[in-house]
Amino acid sequence: MLFLAETVISGLMAGVMYALVALGFVLIFKASGIFNFAQGVMCLFAALALFDFISPGGFMDRWFGFYLPIWLGVIATMGVMIILAWMIERFVLRFLVNQDAIILFMATIGLAYFLEGAGDIMFGSDVKPLDIGIPQGAVDFLLDDYGLYIEKLEIVAAVTATVLVIVLAIFFQKTRVGRALRAVADDHQAALSVGISLHSIWVVVWSVAGIVALVAGIMWGSKSGVQFSLSLIALKALPVLILGGFTSVPGAIIGGLIIGVGEKLAEVYVGPFVGGAIENWFAYVLALVFLVFRPQGLFGEKIIERV
Amino acid sequence: MAQERKIGDVILRVDDISLSFGGVKALSNISFDVKEHEVRAIIGPNGAGKSSMLNVINGFYHPQEGTITYLGNTRRQMKPHEAARQGIARTFQNIALFKGMSTLDNIMTGRNTMMKKGLFWQALNLGPARKEEMEHRQAVERIIEFLEIEHIRKTPVGRLPYGLQKRVELGRALAAEPSLLLLDEPMAGMNIEEKEDMCRFVLDVNDEFGTTIVLIEHDMGVVMDISDRVVVLDYGCKLADGTPDEVRSNKEVIDAYLGVSHD
Amino acid sequence: MFYRESGQFKTSYQTDQAIFPIAQDRWFVYAILAIAVFVVPFYIDDYWANAIFLPFLIYALAAMGLNILTGYCGQLSLGTGGFMAVGAYATYKLMTMFPEMNFILIILLSGGITAMVGILFGIPSLRIKGFYLAVATLAAQFFLVWLFNKVGWFYNYSASGQISATRMVMFGFQITGPEAAPAVKYLFCLGFVLVFGLIAKNIARGRIGRAWMAIRDMDIAAEIIGIKPLDAKLGAFAVSSFYIGMSGSLYFAVWLGAAEVGEAFGISQSFLILFIVIIGGLGTVLGSFLGAAFMVLMPILLKNFMVDGLSIMAVTAKHVEIMLMGTMIIIFLIVEPHGFARLWQITKEKLRLWPFPH
Repeated sequence: MLFLAETVISGLMAGVMYALVALGFVLIFKASGIFNFAQGVMCLFAALALFDFISPGGFMDRWFGFYLPIWLGVIATMGVMIILAWMIERFVLRFLVNQDAIILFMATIGLAYFLEGAGDIMFGSDVKPLDIGIPQGAVDFLLDDYGLYIEKLEIVAAVTATVLVIVLAIFFQKTRVGRALRAVADDHQAALSVGISLHSIWVVVWSVAGIVALVAGIMWGSKSGVQFSLSLIALKALPVLILGGFTSVPGAIIGGLIIGVGEKLAEVYVGPFVGGAIENWFAYVLALVFLVFRPQGLFGEKIIERV
Repeated sequence: MAQERKIGDVILRVDDISLSFGGVKALSNISFDVKEHEVRAIIGPNGAGKSSMLNVINGFYHPQEGTITYLGNTRRQMKPHEAARQGIARTFQNIALFKGMSTLDNIMTGRNTMMKKGLFWQALNLGPARKEEMEHRQAVERIIEFLEIEHIRKTPVGRLPYGLQKRVELGRALAAEPSLLLLDEPMAGMNIEEKEDMCRFVLDVNDEFGTTIVLIEHDMGVVMDISDRVVVLDYGCKLADGTPDEVRSNKEVIDAYLGVSHD
Repeated sequence: MFYRESGQFKTSYQTDQAIFPIAQDRWFVYAILAIAVFVVPFYIDDYWANAIFLPFLIYALAAMGLNILTGYCGQLSLGTGGFMAVGAYATYKLMTMFPEMNFILIILLSGGITAMVGILFGIPSLRIKGFYLAVATLAAQFFLVWLFNKVGWFYNYSASGQISATRMVMFGFQITGPEAAPAVKYLFCLGFVLVFGLIAKNIARGRIGRAWMAIRDMDIAAEIIGIKPLDAKLGAFAVSSFYIGMSGSLYFAVWLGAAEVGEAFGISQSFLILFIVIIGGLGTVLGSFLGAAFMVLMPILLKNFMVDGLSIMAVTAKHVEIMLMGTMIIIFLIVEPHGFARLWQITKEKLRLWPFPH
């Protein structure tokens, strides 16, 4: 029973991470209809940049002889992600307005290749332990009183994710930019016709997605080090999108949690019978089975097709 | 001239059709019939449920209540492709052509259900498949000629102007040699000249091929000129049914169209 | 000036529907074919075969397959690598279980087996569309790679987990294995590609191809004019997987000789084929060839240029190569989102008017 609880909780925590990555996808898809395959690499890129700002022996230390305190490093990395967003808009998206969705999708794969190569060249491809002072080890009182083993890191991740989602919700509901974003998500042309600039909206939304990527990158990086495989968590987050829908923020979060728990349970209770290592595909199958019963996803409304 | 044609028996009858989306009622208890070779018009204000009615007839929407009897078979719902195979073809209010394909290919798809040769022969493009393709190409060329669109035969339809697209769509529907043709606002958004052309095509189709036609149209002049009988819908209910003259003099119809003060 | 269609009148629908209705095109294609069949085999060596011609032909075949599904039928798939793996493992099992079986038959059967797997994984396409389906096809990619990795039966419980092609001989020529002559391997693959290229073109311009394109352009309207979505979509999955399975089979047996599933058939393989299709041109058979040529040649040129030309270290060059690949892809998409096939068409149209452009 205790083991089951631990499995479920650690699944929930993994789910939070998936949800964070899925959130990045959803933000960009909602605002621009782009399936941004580079989201995973953006997590990697952000984590690498952060590492190099704040670590002794990092890029900054080697070239300038000093490194930044953690809080400044995080801000600097946010700056990097915003610059990246601007560059993506300026040099890629701007030229691809009104292209088919598949072309934009391909362009983001090209972008993923570019960032992957660039990240390797600039930051090197060895595994880097990212330590930004998140406490490690088990939560003591839970372990002592209930015998539950839960990582402190996972608690921090869950809290951070919650805060992030609340901040985003406020940003979307209350600010002028947020309203513009929702308008664009609803109808591109109508938004343009009331004077919203698509270019600046795209920069904003890619920046936000970049910052979400940074948060996800920090969490994953603290857990298992910053390495190339970080960019692959994007692939793990994709079934979340089938489940929750490409355009639903709550869908991304709930979907992420379901996938996280489902995957952990399957790994523990089903995996051993089929040779293990099923976590690569199990989430996809879970999402597909779910779709059979509810094709519109978790939060999608039933679409009435018109001709 | 329309009166000289021989109007046959009832080939389509809808009985007590009710359709709703969620809680919104789109059609309630609609009944009417369509006779062979006639031109039947459905008119009514925007949102009266005209397009929904066509969607019910060709199986795209599934009504909650009521039945449809077509060529003696009674049913409540069917798949759209089954309807197509039974000889119901249609055009759409917002053109639904295959934009990436040429005019010729679009109209050829209309005959897809009639082509039988399998993958194997087609892969080799020999013998039966080739012969079949050529036969159907000939039939399609006749339609292209009939609609006077020879010059755009190889043009991707996405590049054609609106009026021509409507014509290609009619061609695609005709290619299936339907016994019942549903036209959803075939003349919407056209100028006078294009409208006249389209009227001529519709009447010619009806005359030459004896195709039964159900059409939705907003232009009252057109409706009164070319249709044999008219159904009037308003807010999903049937308001009137009869010849153009009867409908024109129906008080409720006049009220619905001109608006009336209820005091 | 020389590229004109004036004076060439079509007197039957049959000539009008030929693959190359313009005589100059026809001659051009015949010339290329003649070179491919009668010239290349005499000059080809191991390097040219393994680095350029075999990958070109095999990727072109896979790209045709994906093009049928994505370009013609509009169903985006990211599972190509997984389906190639099915073809490869089917070939391996058939080779080792029935060593006497005709190699061509083995490849066709492998294609058939892949087609059935393709239908199975195509079933979600009946309920979901677009990127939802694309993500769903990733299920095929990951599941199949996992399956071939975990279940020993598929690789005959070999210690390394690898599969390696047995020696296959046809008409006295050895086709697989390290001793096989490059010209023989090349001609064998060329034969497959040409025959199935022609078949793809035939299917695409007939009834079935039109049904696919109708589903792609507007699936609701397609259903209303009588096209069964089930038949059209699953048919596209089957035919597409058949091609991809054959290419996986040739990829493993003729080109690589031995393969390990995660390396040879990973998701990057799926992306590579998708790039070929898009850079070549969606919905064109010709594009599959042009795209394959581009994606095979570009990395070689980049690498030669950097390592030999600029003497960059090979490891760094690998990273730069990935980066430049990404950049090239983006630039290409911006310059010509409809791919090489469209560029080719535009060139032809210009050529037709030359030297009087107006």
